[in-house]
Amino acid sequence: MENNSTASIDTDANLLQKIDTLNRHYGNTIDEDQLEEWPTFFTDDGRYMVTTRQNHEAGMPVGLILCENRAMMEDRISALRIANLFEPHTYRHLIDAPVIKEKSGNEYSLQTSLVCFRTVQASGPEIFCTGKYLDRIIDDGGILRFKERIVVCDSERIDTLIVIPI
Amino acid sequence: MAPLYFKPNDFSEIPYAVYSDEEIYQHEQKYLFQGKAWHFLGLDIELPNHGDYKTMPVGDTSVIVVRNKNGELNAMVNRCAHRGNLVCVEDHGNLDCLTCVYHNWTYDLEGKLATIAFEKGIQGQGGMAEDFDKSCHALQRLKVEVYCGLVFGSFSEEIPSLPEYFGPEMCKNIQRVLGRDMEILGRFQHGLDGNWKLYMENVRDTYHATLLHSFMTTFRLNRLSMKGAVEVSEGGLHHLTYSIRSQDNDQGQYNAKEIRAQNDEIFLKAPELLESWQEFDCGTTLAIQSLFPNFSIQQLSNVITLRLIVPKGPLKSELTWWVLGAVEDTSEQRAMRIRQSNLVGPGGYIAMEDGAVVGWVRRGVAGAEGKKSVLAMGGRDIERISESRCNELAVRGFWKGWHGLMEN
Repeated sequence: MENNSTASIDTDANLLQKIDTLNRHYGNTIDEDQLEEWPTFFTDDGRYMVTTRQNHEAGMPVGLILCENRAMMEDRISALRIANLFEPHTYRHLIDAPVIKEKSGNEYSLQTSLVCFRTVQASGPEIFCTGKYLDRIIDDGGILRFKERIVVCDSERIDTLIVIPI
Repeated sequence: MAPLYFKPNDFSEIPYAVYSDEEIYQHEQKYLFQGKAWHFLGLDIELPNHGDYKTMPVGDTSVIVVRNKNGELNAMVNRCAHRGNLVCVEDHGNLDCLTCVYHNWTYDLEGKLATIAFEKGIQGQGGMAEDFDKSCHALQRLKVEVYCGLVFGSFSEEIPSLPEYFGPEMCKNIQRVLGRDMEILGRFQHGLDGNWKLYMENVRDTYHATLLHSFMTTFRLNRLSMKGAVEVSEGGLHHLTYSIRSQDNDQGQYNAKEIRAQNDEIFLKAPELLESWQEFDCGTTLAIQSLFPNFSIQQLSNVITLRLIVPKGPLKSELTWWVLGAVEDTSEQRAMRIRQSNLVGPGGYIAMEDGAVVGWVRRGVAGAEGKKSVLAMGGRDIERISESRCNELAVRGFWKGWHGLMEN
């Protein structure tokens, strides 16, 4: 029993480190404006949703952003680049260490806290979102990808607009 | 209040002071939010059970909406008659009576003062003044009416009933969109960086639709030249603009160079975003309706939303969206609505600019309190109906209604 449990902790530590690295890459990719890379963190049928705590807890299906596959994520990015009008701004993600909620074969469910700061042009940085990622991650032959990433914002209130993914 | 310098019966020039002046703001609280207008208090389905309550802002005033033991909805100001404390601190819940936590005064669900802690004092000492009459210290009530599941409240006793206030043309569209069992699919709020009226102008402004929101034009999804109209209720108070799917012949205007990013190569990689079904026999694909002063109902393809913009001081406002579906929806229809909801809300493909432009105009008019905007597209009159949506008549109608109440 003891051995098994130690082995499990070791495996978890390795896994957590890999997922932590994935999250850091994810955050950096967005923060460094490499948004065209963002969909590649997901499986082809990956799902991405930004919602609020109130909506999530009430089981509301509509998201602030809802992408049901990678193509929809790519459309979000091309719309942001060529169609939507907004004041230029950047994010800075601080992503906490992930917590494993469930493991099943090569699929893992995780919860991870995050803070996302936003800087709009000349005005100073502000806290844009605090919340958590609820993730389902697949280990696809050594490559970890999001099968689902739900961003649950603590506040019901978004300042002005959300266009860049969190 | 600062003079407003509106020309008599001409609402095509708007003094910029209306977006920033503190006195005008206070005047609005009194004559508009606490005056002769109906204010949206939510959906009756948000309060299904006896004792369910929620708090809602009517202008600066917090209002409690509660379902009583007979199943009727009451609304009262969320302010204890004792010392003005908030009676309900949480924004929703369920309770048997309303209790102010400060000194434990309780009210029934009609707002009547029921009990006072230590009313008779302690061991014969103290107690309320002998002339104190509990029946004179109820929570301040609002008049409440429900129309198609929408709950409205008013501080005015003299205000006409909702159907009369909206008028037959407006009622027809509310019935069309919401006259069935609905459910809430999501609710979102965003803080906006400008006066609430900038947002209501935007809701009523059919001129900007395809110009500001380039998502539709970039991905070649909509044209102002679709068949439709903009109309206002009598006096211009409320408005409705709609498009009906039809042959679109007017490409010339949109290929002109002055319109942003037109590219035949650009298509959505996931066009299922816009998969829709013809929900309404009339073929209406877009209907935007504003109900004076600060509420609106939209049908955009199959996305049905309600919007309420609440002032938060002269220079800030808060917008709430309710995204709705019909209870009778099939699972496919429900999935389409949910997918299409990417078009609306704080992250909406064709809604995000509306939030941004409120802040931009606020910054643009800073220091211009003595100057005016011009709303002369489509003339200066407030016609009841125009088939051209390249028209600002509904915005002029808003100002006529606003001015009428403010002149009180």
